[in-house]
Amino acid sequence: MSRIKEAFAKGKAFIPFITCGDPDLETTGRLVRAAADNGADLIELGIPFSDPTAEGPVIQGANIRALAGGITTDKVFDFVKELRKDVSVPLVFMTYANVVFSYGADAFISTCKEIGIDGLILPDLPFEEKDEFGPLCKQCGVDLISLIAPTSKQRIAMIAKEADGFLYIVSSLGVTGARSEITTDLSSIVKVVRENTDIPCAIGFGISTTEQAEKMAGIADGVIVGSAIIKIMEKYGREAAKPVGEYVKSMKAAVAH
Amino acid sequence: MSNTNGRFGMHGGQYIPETLMNAVIELEQAYNHYKNDPEFNRELTELFREYANRPSGLYYAKELTESLGGAKIYLKREDLNHTGSHKINNVLGQALLAKKMGKTRLIAETGAGQHGVATATAAALLKMECVVFMGEEDTKRQALNVYRMRLLGAKVVPVTTGTATLKDAVSEAMREWTSRIDDTHYCLGSVMGPHPFPTIVRDFQAVISKEIKEQIMEKEHRLPDAVIACVGGGSNAMGSFYHFIEDKDVRLIGCEAAGRGIDTFETAATINTGRPGIFHGMKSYFCQDKYGQIAPVYSISAGLDYPGVGPEHAYLHDIGRAEYVPVTDEEAVEAFEFLSKTEGIIPAIESAHAVAYAMKLAPTMDKDKIIVITISGRGDKDCAAIARYRGEDIYE
Repeated sequence: MSRIKEAFAKGKAFIPFITCGDPDLETTGRLVRAAADNGADLIELGIPFSDPTAEGPVIQGANIRALAGGITTDKVFDFVKELRKDVSVPLVFMTYANVVFSYGADAFISTCKEIGIDGLILPDLPFEEKDEFGPLCKQCGVDLISLIAPTSKQRIAMIAKEADGFLYIVSSLGVTGARSEITTDLSSIVKVVRENTDIPCAIGFGISTTEQAEKMAGIADGVIVGSAIIKIMEKYGREAAKPVGEYVKSMKAAVAH
Repeated sequence: MSNTNGRFGMHGGQYIPETLMNAVIELEQAYNHYKNDPEFNRELTELFREYANRPSGLYYAKELTESLGGAKIYLKREDLNHTGSHKINNVLGQALLAKKMGKTRLIAETGAGQHGVATATAAALLKMECVVFMGEEDTKRQALNVYRMRLLGAKVVPVTTGTATLKDAVSEAMREWTSRIDDTHYCLGSVMGPHPFPTIVRDFQAVISKEIKEQIMEKEHRLPDAVIACVGGGSNAMGSFYHFIEDKDVRLIGCEAAGRGIDTFETAATINTGRPGIFHGMKSYFCQDKYGQIAPVYSISAGLDYPGVGPEHAYLHDIGRAEYVPVTDEEAVEAFEFLSKTEGIIPAIESAHAVAYAMKLAPTMDKDKIIVITISGRGDKDCAAIARYRGEDIYE
């Protein structure tokens, strides 16, 4: 069984997102361990991009801080290699197509395999363009995660049929960031997904509270949270491991409820 | 021309969030329908003629020609269009298309403000809501255009992220579009972004080369030897080149903004200094670092201050059909001043980049050769900035 499958095998999954190098990799390492120790089932590691067009202001800020701190793709690779010595939780990279393309898709994806990265999420790589990296990902056994949006409609079946790892269901229109309310009819989307694939699906974008997490976990197999964690980072900086750990614990409890 | 599924050779494509995919698919379907619709074309032609003042003149620049002492120079006067630049061609087409699609709101990015003003203008005329995203840095460089947009009823949103210039305005407009799609059309201002935008914008701008061809045949009974235009995203250049692509004897020359020089980091000459990448919905050439982080580019011209270039230009470069040359701030400012003095025509600082290269090229060509320079816009908006460049502080 792939590590991503395992993440969902133990019940509803909680998936936190952490931007690598915000504000430095030592902090990121502490955060990843705190998240894993407190019940994170899978962790999304963001490789910063200068112009993250799918992100709201909070994650944009994390990207800027990380890049200002001198983070590079190679440093992230070294960091994960080191991390994998004692961290076994499934890890996926979240970044933008140019970060992969510019590094050389072949080198990037084979390194992912080598250092123990289980999947790759690229918000600017829709179904129509997935051949850009899809075949290489398959070759290396790194799951290229597909996204489904509230606007996907007739596209859901087509995307679900060819999806690998898990499906990332975008909860709302717009960019990442906390929302007071999620109004998309996600149950209908998940229903179509289930009719077309057996792979698990997780809902992300806009989720910050335990109430929202519990509700979303009632609909899908997992819940993804990014901006709310970065906000804790903003507040506590290098001391964020403890509060992030506590937050992950409460969210994991909510999804498992 | 290889242009299947929005590809120009290896370039182009649709690298955008899933949230926007149905929107671009709907746009493509609507465009494919309306581009062959006689009623749509009649309405657009009428808007071009009655509202935008087309056809724009092809003016024989006798004084410029004689002072340079080489090839005969014609100026394609897009600066005389309504709103003062070529941007209105694309905007009228897209706004009319959006209206037919039932959209009631236009959003746009703008650099120099010309595209924003054109979009605000079309929105006013067609009774649509309009929001323009503009880098905060550019709202300062182009304060007059900010006022014009507001006067026309548009809301101008200053963008403070990144370098607070054109690329950030594009990113912000894309973010806005993902949050509100149903009633909103993203009126992209150049031959860039995800398919079908590079094709749609090119087709609406192709009126420039269509007219040049007819006008030069009438005046000279032959095709020009070179067509020169400035390139940021590349819409006026693509429009100026398009109907000449199959005429292999016509040199097509795009002038990129070299800023302080292509050997410095303060440049926006994408084809000259960039490499292939994926950004803003397309594969093309981009100024970027080793790890694919988009570079903070620089040019005196807000309209050319962009780290990418349209995918069809990238393709024309790859196959060697068009040449892309760098022109520095200093050369562009000199050309801005030179054309003003010799012909009494103040070009946009963007267009001055094309004039600058023509000033180098014309003297090397025989007097029986013909150059066409597209003057993509008027330079009134740039006067304060150029004065500042020359060390003189004037009030706008």
